[in-house]
Formats: sequence, C-alpha cells, structure tokens
Amino acid sequence: MTNAVVKLEHARKSFGDNEVLKDISLTVSKGDVLAIIGPSGGGKSTLLRCLTMLETLDAGSLSYGDLSVTTTDAQGRAVYGGADVIREAKTRFGLVFQSFNLFPHYTVLKNVTDALICVQKMPKDAALARGRELLAKMGLSGKEDMVPCDLSGGQQQRVAIARALAMNPDVLYFDEPTSALDPELTREVLKVIRELAAERMTMVIVTHEMSFARDVADQLIFMDGGVIVEQGRASDVINNPEHERTKAFLSNYQQG
Amino acid sequence: MEFLDALLKGMSFDVMMGLLGNGLIMTSKIFIVTLIGSLPLGVVIALARMSKFKPLSWLAQLYISILRGTPLMLQLMAIMFGPYYLFGLQMGPDWKFMACYIGFILNYAAYFAEIYRSGIQSIPQGQYEAASVLGYTRAQTFMKIVLPQVIKRILPAMGNEIITLVKDTSLAFVLGIMEMFTQAKAIAASQVSMLPYVVAALIYWVCCLVIEFILNRVEKKLDYYHD
Repeated sequence: MTNAVVKLEHARKSFGDNEVLKDISLTVSKGDVLAIIGPSGGGKSTLLRCLTMLETLDAGSLSYGDLSVTTTDAQGRAVYGGADVIREAKTRFGLVFQSFNLFPHYTVLKNVTDALICVQKMPKDAALARGRELLAKMGLSGKEDMVPCDLSGGQQQRVAIARALAMNPDVLYFDEPTSALDPELTREVLKVIRELAAERMTMVIVTHEMSFARDVADQLIFMDGGVIVEQGRASDVINNPEHERTKAFLSNYQQG
Repeated sequence: MEFLDALLKGMSFDVMMGLLGNGLIMTSKIFIVTLIGSLPLGVVIALARMSKFKPLSWLAQLYISILRGTPLMLQLMAIMFGPYYLFGLQMGPDWKFMACYIGFILNYAAYFAEIYRSGIQSIPQGQYEAASVLGYTRAQTFMKIVLPQVIKRILPAMGNEIITLVKDTSLAFVLGIMEMFTQAKAIAASQVSMLPYVVAALIYWVCCLVIEFILNRVEKKLDYYHD
C-alpha cells in the first residue's frame, strides 16, 4: 500500500454521548474510486468531514500520502499537526458539497481561480487559463463571467467540481453531489464524474445513486451505525451483498 | 426674498440662512466623526460579542445592552459632566465637543455591532467550510468571502441607522453645541417665527434624501447576485 493517497486508521468520533464513527479504517489507492453508501445518520457524512478536516477525530490516525496529519498521544487521542501540516494536507484533497457552496458574489471563473491565486499563489494569468480550461472540460465554456445564481443546479455543481479540481488534488471527495438535483441535472453531473473516473482520478463518493456507484466505483463501503458493515468490489457488494443489513438497505433501490 | 424677511422680526432671511448654515457645518461634523469612529468600533464590539471567550462576550453584551437601553441624551450628559462629578476634573471649554463625539460614537457603535453580528451570523456555514477546504486562512475567509456578502445583507439596516443619525445629531443641543437644530431654536425664539424650524426640517430632509440616493446606488451595484 505504498501508493495510498489517503489512509484512515481506527477512527473514532463522538458528538456528546453519540458515537458516530466507531473504529473506521479505510485506504484509498491512487486511481481508485471508492463509493460510500448507507442510510442517513450512518456516519457517511461525518466520515467525509473528518477526512476533509471539517471535523476533528477523537482517536485514530489520518495521513495523506507521506504526510501524517495526526499523531496519537499516550491516551490514544488523535493530535493534529501544526498549521503548516494542516495547510499542506489541504492541498492534497478537494471536496464537492451536496449544496455546492459556491461563493455567490464571485463570478464562475473567480470561484474556480481565486483560491489558486490567493492560496496557492499561482500567477494570475496561469490561474485564469487553468480555470477556463477546467470550465471548458465541465461543459461550461461561455459561463465564465456569470454568477452562480444565474446557473442551474447542475451547472453550479460542475463549477464546484472545477473549483475543487483546480487545486490539483490527489483525491477528490464528493458528499452526495447530486442529492439537491433533479434526475436530469443529476445525469449531467454524474457524466462529469464518470469522465473523471475514466481518467483515473482518485475519488471518494458518498452517494445514494446505486447504479452509478456500481458502474463507476472500484471499491464500495456500506456504512451503518458508525461502522463499516460491508466492503469490497463495488459490483460484488451491490449485486451480491452478504450481510442482512446491506441486503435490507439495497432492497430499497430498484436494481437498474 | 422680502416676503421671507417679513416672516422674521428684524433678522434678514440671508442672515438666518447663514446661521443655519453654520449649524449645518457643526451637524455634518458630528455626523461624519460619529461614522468614522463607530463603524470600525462596531466591528470590534461585534467580534467581542461573538467571541468564544465568554467573559469578553458577556462584557460586549452588557455594553450593547446599556448603550441601547438608556437615552442617548442621558449618555451625552453623563460623558459631559461625569469627569467633574466623579473625579472632580475641570474640563476645558472644548470638552463639550469631545463629549459629544465620544457619546455619539459609543452609542452608534452598539447599534452597528448588532447589525454586523446579524449579518455575519446569517452567512451559511457552508461558505466557511468551502473556504476552509480550499485552504483560505481565517483572515482571507473573512475579508474575501464573508465580509462582501455581509455588506450586501446589512446595507438596508445600516441605511436605517445612518439616516437616524442625521436627525439624532440634534441631541447635541443638550451640551450647548450650536448645531443646526440649536441654531433654529435660537432664531425661532429671538425672531418669534416658525420659519427657521421649517427651513431646518427641509435641510434635514434633503440631507437624508442624498443619503438615501447614495445607499440606493450601492444597493443596485451589489444587486448583480443573489443567494
């Protein structure tokens, strides 16, 4: 596992008395697409929020490639590295939110390029060129100077994907990227993610789109009650789930 | 102008306008100094109010509560006479101007702080999270992502306060400062005429119209997006 892009081991997270993650471990290798499915409240989002450092782990360890984000103290608690470690770690992943979270006061192009310029200190011309190129790839040429509120939800989500890709991350996380979209807009966003998968972009996707997960993901994790109930090759888990809980969950979806 | 002169006892209309004009200069000074002082002070108080360090937050809440909960006129008098009655300090003849500026700044900062807070707290958490994941520092997140959106959201409420301030400047009369309303009152008394009040009212109104016009322009400028 030398080519592990992200490695999470024995992760625990509680909110008050509610233990949301119970000893979760996962490894994503370069070029892999990992889908995470499971019922709401099962810990999927919290897992993603811990991986993206929007939440801190109580215990366990997190590393991106050769960079250890956390160490463990004598009591087994996770201790986060200093500001420079956190800053470096944040250059290694991108996150696409369910609710897009674009910056409404910035144009589409500025949404994609602003962090490149003022965080990664890329020269402005190079950043703008990269932004235009990514927007073209997302099928959004000609929308550069519009503001997010003038775009459809599907277009906004593709801008958000371009914004995350612009930072050239090692792994891209998706938190239910199509849950706020109607079926037609969902299709256009999933198409873009499929194209990224075809280019061997490393991705972790929390989703309720089962057929999409089966087709696009290499690996799949089914989470419920804060634990990984079942994991394996995506097509195996979805077509032939072993655990009763996974079977019950998947029976809610029409196989398509 | 003669029919206007006839409304005054002895004083010519031009002289009256000159006096009211002097008052307007003083009024404008109070207005501008108050804004220059209270707009940034409000940010400090709002940040203190939202601080996770509880004692600081409580202190800011107490400050806001007292400054909003007592009459501005009383606050002006407290600052004017407080140094003498509390500490026996003899303040110079210009102290009333300082007392006036300090009183207005402290009072308006309390109101501005609450408007800022409402604006800052209305920005969705997702904006902070998106900025965090992209690697923006806290300062960058505030200055580039949060603040521009806050300004758009609080503009109507700020407009309200700023227009109120135009008229509140007349409270400086309790300190014997010859701003426009004090001037109008003095002329009205000496000339036994309502004319100075009418003219003063018109001038206040025109000042507010100008401010409304400017605020509308800014609102239009920020109307290029909604969220």
